[in-house]
Amino acid sequence: MELFFNPFDNLVCILLGISFTVWFTLLLVFIIVPAIFGVSFGIRRLYMKTLLKVFEWATLRIERGAKEKNHLLYKPYSNGKIILGNICSKDEEIKEIRRSGSNKDLDSATEFELSDIFYFARRGVESIMDDEVTKRFTAEELKSWNLLTRSNYNFHYISLRLTVLWGLGLLIRYGFLLPLRVTLAFTGVGLLVFLTSVVGLLPNGRMKNFLSEKVHLMCYRICVRALTAIITYHDSENKPKNGGICVANHTSPIDVIILASDGCYAMVGQIHGGLMGVIQRSMVKACPHIWFERSEVKDRHLVAKRLSDHVEDKSKLPILIFPEGTCINNTSVMMFKKGSFEIGATVYPVAIKYDPRFGDAFWNSSKFGMVNYLLRMMSSWAIVCSVWYLPPMSREEGEDAVQFANRVKAAIARQGGLVDLLWDGGLKRAKVKDTFKEEQQKLYSKMLVGTQEDRSRS
Amino acid sequence: MGSRASRLLREEEIEEIKKETGFSHSQITRLYSRFTSLDKGENGTLSREDFQRIPELAINPLGDRIINAFFPEGYFVLVIFREDQVNFRGFMRTLAHFRPIEDNEKNKNPATEPLNSRTNKLLFAFRLYDLDRDDKISRDELLQVLRMMVGVNISDEQLGSIADRTIQEADTNGDSCISFNEFIKVLEKVDVEQKMSIRFLH
Repeated sequence: MELFFNPFDNLVCILLGISFTVWFTLLLVFIIVPAIFGVSFGIRRLYMKTLLKVFEWATLRIERGAKEKNHLLYKPYSNGKIILGNICSKDEEIKEIRRSGSNKDLDSATEFELSDIFYFARRGVESIMDDEVTKRFTAEELKSWNLLTRSNYNFHYISLRLTVLWGLGLLIRYGFLLPLRVTLAFTGVGLLVFLTSVVGLLPNGRMKNFLSEKVHLMCYRICVRALTAIITYHDSENKPKNGGICVANHTSPIDVIILASDGCYAMVGQIHGGLMGVIQRSMVKACPHIWFERSEVKDRHLVAKRLSDHVEDKSKLPILIFPEGTCINNTSVMMFKKGSFEIGATVYPVAIKYDPRFGDAFWNSSKFGMVNYLLRMMSSWAIVCSVWYLPPMSREEGEDAVQFANRVKAAIARQGGLVDLLWDGGLKRAKVKDTFKEEQQKLYSKMLVGTQEDRSRS
Repeated sequence: MGSRASRLLREEEIEEIKKETGFSHSQITRLYSRFTSLDKGENGTLSREDFQRIPELAINPLGDRIINAFFPEGYFVLVIFREDQVNFRGFMRTLAHFRPIEDNEKNKNPATEPLNSRTNKLLFAFRLYDLDRDDKISRDELLQVLRMMVGVNISDEQLGSIADRTIQEADTNGDSCISFNEFIKVLEKVDVEQKMSIRFLH
């Protein structure tokens, strides 16, 4: 047995050595060097176009397979409205119900009737069948299949050819792309930590800022390539400037990498332990980011003070904040927390929209931990997204922080093609406040009591 | 891998539900996907907490009564911790009450009344009022449901007079309660089919 292996041993070693060298050279030439200089060969876009064609073909096969078996396919609705909604307001609805039930004069007849319950029953059951909020906290459903098991609902219609294709895809993704990306990720993060520490040794001044900017950009670009993220930036003339606050909708931690690879920002966040902590501590040596200790996070005044101190110093970079406070699945924008809008600096809104066909970027933190999530990201086909820089906004006269926040939110939702919701992203974990129910009760009571007054008048 | 349904719906089950409730194939698969997304425990059944997690239902003044309609009778008295669960069949059976009535159905077998008939829709609403499920709505029950609908905004006296008036108008046999037949009579002119139906997109 040993004799049998010896001649092959050398051969295997040589082959391995050659392939490693080739691999690293390719890596360097095609990925790391362009990252440093910020240019691109266009390989990723070509890759994206090829993938799209393959996905379309795969969907056609599934549809054909389903037709042969004479079944209906499960077709998801991307914005998921299964109900033909009733657009009347509550008052009109209840009056409608009554009108059909009595032939009395309309104006004086709006008292309580047993049929009033129909309105509440129907609204309740409608929300059970489909509601606007809970579906924002799970991944969006796709119309066509993208050869990932995790997003397939019709898999009993797969033919042999499709299975082979899927197997091939699996091999490519886990055997080639994943190790490549993991290597890049480690390179990117390692370089970030190392180089920012080095830059941090320099005395404060223009040289330091310049170098720090270059270092940050380069490392983030390597990370972008580590995820095979294909990003299209729109309206770059509106890019955030010093002394401003950049707000964006939040889908995943990758949002940070996507924005930071195109511009320099001061990050805001809580100091973590472990690897994250190491990265955070070395980043802050090169340029002033705002990191909070866990205990300081609760103190809203302290947070506001540090943020406003930072924006007043015009030499410091714009702050990057995600006012939703939690990850939403990129089909909607949820309530913005008003803290960052109270500071009074210029706000630069940014809309980020991911294309879910290549890989879903949403981080469902109740389902997956961070490492699991990153592995899923790195074993998807690609992360494709569009970033729009919206024109800067400031708080107007007579507008309070909440109204300002809603105005910014509406602009972001409009640009990204997302649904603008008033609901709080915190509903992912917390229960809804009782005040909303009390509002509903008040509205209904007004209908009843209001008419009592009319009666006593007439 | 299993971000989708831990158990796919079998064709036979879909056929059975179709017969029982009248929903179409695509509607059933769509609602099954909804059922599984609400089922956080991934055990094939929904608990009351799963329903209460829907914000729009939680702010509905009669949210708890509606949730109650999904859970089968008989458990009501015994369960202190209210750990009852509803499976997909039960879920669909209750939702079926809100299917719109189609014309071709009116000609079908009159012996078995479909779940979405006018009478069954009225029964659903009646049960929302009838808290102790004794098939009549007492003054007390009516008051309690009214209180749920208006919150703290109307005084006890006003509410009492509203309840008295309502019972007076509906009660025909003089027992100061509203029975199901009296309920049907009072609402005979209301377009129940339209008001208690939810139209689906196909």
